[in-house]
Amino acid sequence: MSSLVIQDLHVSIGEKPIVKGLTLTINSGEVHAIMGPNGTGKSTLSKAIAGHPDYTITSGDVLVDGGSILAQEADERARAGIFLAFQYPSEIPGVSIANFLRAAQQARMAEGEEIDASAYYKRLYSKMDLLKIDRKFTSRAVNDGFSGGEKKRCEILQMAMLEPKFALMDETDSGLDIDALRIVADGVNTMRGPNLGVLLITHYQRLLDYIVPDHVHVMYDGRIVKSGDKSLALELEAKGYDWIKKELAATTA
Amino acid sequence: MKPPTDTDTLTAPVDTAAVENPAVGIDQTAGNFSYKVDYAFDAGTGLSEDTVRYISSVKKEAPWILEFRLAALKKFFAMPMPTHWATKDLENIDFQKIRYYLSQGQKPKRTWDEVPDDIKKTFERLGIPEQERKFLAGVEAQFDSEAAYSNIKEIVAKQGVIFVNSTEGLREHPELFKKFFGKVIPTGDNKFSALNSAVFSGGSFIYVPKGVKVAQPLQAYFRINAENFGQFERTLIICDEGAEVTYMEGCTAPKFSTSTLHSAVVELVALKGAKIQYITVQNWANNVFNLVTKRGIAHEDAEIKWIDCNIGSRLTMKYPGVVLKGERARGEVISIALANDGQHQDTGAKMIHAANNTTSNIVAKSISVGQGRSTYRGVVHIPKHLKGCKNNTECDALLINTNSRTDTYPAITVRGDKNSTQHEASVSKVSEDMIFYMQQRGLTEGQAMSLAVNGFINDLARQFPMEYSVELKRLIDLEMEGSVG
Repeated sequence: MSSLVIQDLHVSIGEKPIVKGLTLTINSGEVHAIMGPNGTGKSTLSKAIAGHPDYTITSGDVLVDGGSILAQEADERARAGIFLAFQYPSEIPGVSIANFLRAAQQARMAEGEEIDASAYYKRLYSKMDLLKIDRKFTSRAVNDGFSGGEKKRCEILQMAMLEPKFALMDETDSGLDIDALRIVADGVNTMRGPNLGVLLITHYQRLLDYIVPDHVHVMYDGRIVKSGDKSLALELEAKGYDWIKKELAATTA
Repeated sequence: MKPPTDTDTLTAPVDTAAVENPAVGIDQTAGNFSYKVDYAFDAGTGLSEDTVRYISSVKKEAPWILEFRLAALKKFFAMPMPTHWATKDLENIDFQKIRYYLSQGQKPKRTWDEVPDDIKKTFERLGIPEQERKFLAGVEAQFDSEAAYSNIKEIVAKQGVIFVNSTEGLREHPELFKKFFGKVIPTGDNKFSALNSAVFSGGSFIYVPKGVKVAQPLQAYFRINAENFGQFERTLIICDEGAEVTYMEGCTAPKFSTSTLHSAVVELVALKGAKIQYITVQNWANNVFNLVTKRGIAHEDAEIKWIDCNIGSRLTMKYPGVVLKGERARGEVISIALANDGQHQDTGAKMIHAANNTTSNIVAKSISVGQGRSTYRGVVHIPKHLKGCKNNTECDALLINTNSRTDTYPAITVRGDKNSTQHEASVSKVSEDMIFYMQQRGLTEGQAMSLAVNGFINDLARQFPMEYSVELKRLIDLEMEGSVG
């Protein structure tokens, strides 16, 4: 059992504070959804946890299994088991998916250990079949010329191959039609289990019909302002984010 | 036994920082090695008529060859350095301090202990076999692969292929080679082709008979040509009608050299319907001036393809060219250049269209790391009276650090209204977002950079024979590790 603890986190981009004191604990086996209006810091949160150099953590801490990761480089955090499914995945021209994932996997192995090629490909193909990604894609350059939906499916494929402890999924549903959404959700659900903690960042409730969360949190103005179970998402869908704003105004008044 | 002598030296003081390159080069200015010398045939340093006569007599050459050399020497002395367009660094070459001929088997050596650790590490990382390391590092004068070499020669000899060095070629088969020798690249083409024409030694002379398609690349199992110490190699490949051959030279491992000037000439002739593919991987140590003239003539329906990879040397100037002499001839240059600290890769291509319906294709990718400088120079010439000619040029530059440099000088002359040309150029750097994306998957910054750079040249690297492309990838990994941080 692992834990990802975010403690009163404050994140800025340059001088501008975006996340203003966020506290949340995600344990293995749990799926947490974070919803909120645009510009409220959802993506910033995930990128800051992943270690993106553009984001400055001005105070607070992030701990994996009790140890702070803030001093670690992005790649160290990744090897420690953090995976970020990007909202806008990068293209890597000339580097095939097969080679990229093999390099990523090799990076996690001990010095001198080599990947068993046939076992690797067997695994890769089975995950691709699951995610209905044509096997031909192994030789295509990562995300190069992919449609939005294909990029998102590629993120899930990477997640499936790298088997993280914690997956931060940044608006994974954006740009997906219903069929693609189903495939992505099925993929994530197959990975769901006692060894994986998921932070699902989403704008719309729709995704949560397919990936049913254990906890739902509403983020507003850089903080979590309300938490509940999956019914909170439905309430939010029905009443809109204005309802949250009004509630907040009422309590702070 | 004669006392040891110095290596070739340059007149202008060499910036130690520029010459030292932990990943690839050898710091020759430190003078931290000495070597025993035992010359049977030694022309001494300096260049004069006597030098040329000496070389010719040692080789027991026919009089016409000596005439050829002497005429070339005159031209060489008469021609100015091309510093009005090329880098002024050329002025650092002191022709009188260079040794122009050293007989094979008596090259200077050093002990393995004297080889810098960085070099040893590079060999390790590139997976260079033990035996080859000693040769490359200058510990052994000759790579003993005579067995492998003569094996290839036997196989192709059965097909009637002639595969010898320049001396033997001109002596034993003048009727074949004299026809084209010095005709693809005339002596006076440039100052350095004149120099080569005066003092050439070594290199390969190849003739492939009509219709013969040589199955395996020549030199495939003998990557390290025994003559590769040759500073002034002269190569001439003639493919008769319908014949095909692939020729490979060089290797990715850094090559130790006591000589600071290498000036080769390569002439290719593809007769009707013939195909020649010439692959070079160059990684001379960082003190070497590598000034090469390469050109091919493609006759009707023939194809000449140059695949050129330049990783080493202090300065490389090389513009493989094709003269498209016959209708429907095709010329291609694929070029990869990597310039690190203290290096200047000044490379490109020349496509001269001289018949209708000819096509040419140039794809050049360069990577500038640290203070390295890459320059692309491309000449495309299609005159007014021709029809149906096409050229496509793509040159892409990748700058790794903020002080890296790249320049592009395309010289395109296309006339007439029935021809077309296309030129695309790009300059980019590896984006931070891309690096972060890769780091997020567990790759270190250095590993991410390597992948990105390998991805940049992937299309081209794939056209190299496998053993080269594997080594090339490893070499880039090494260079990128040094560049990050």
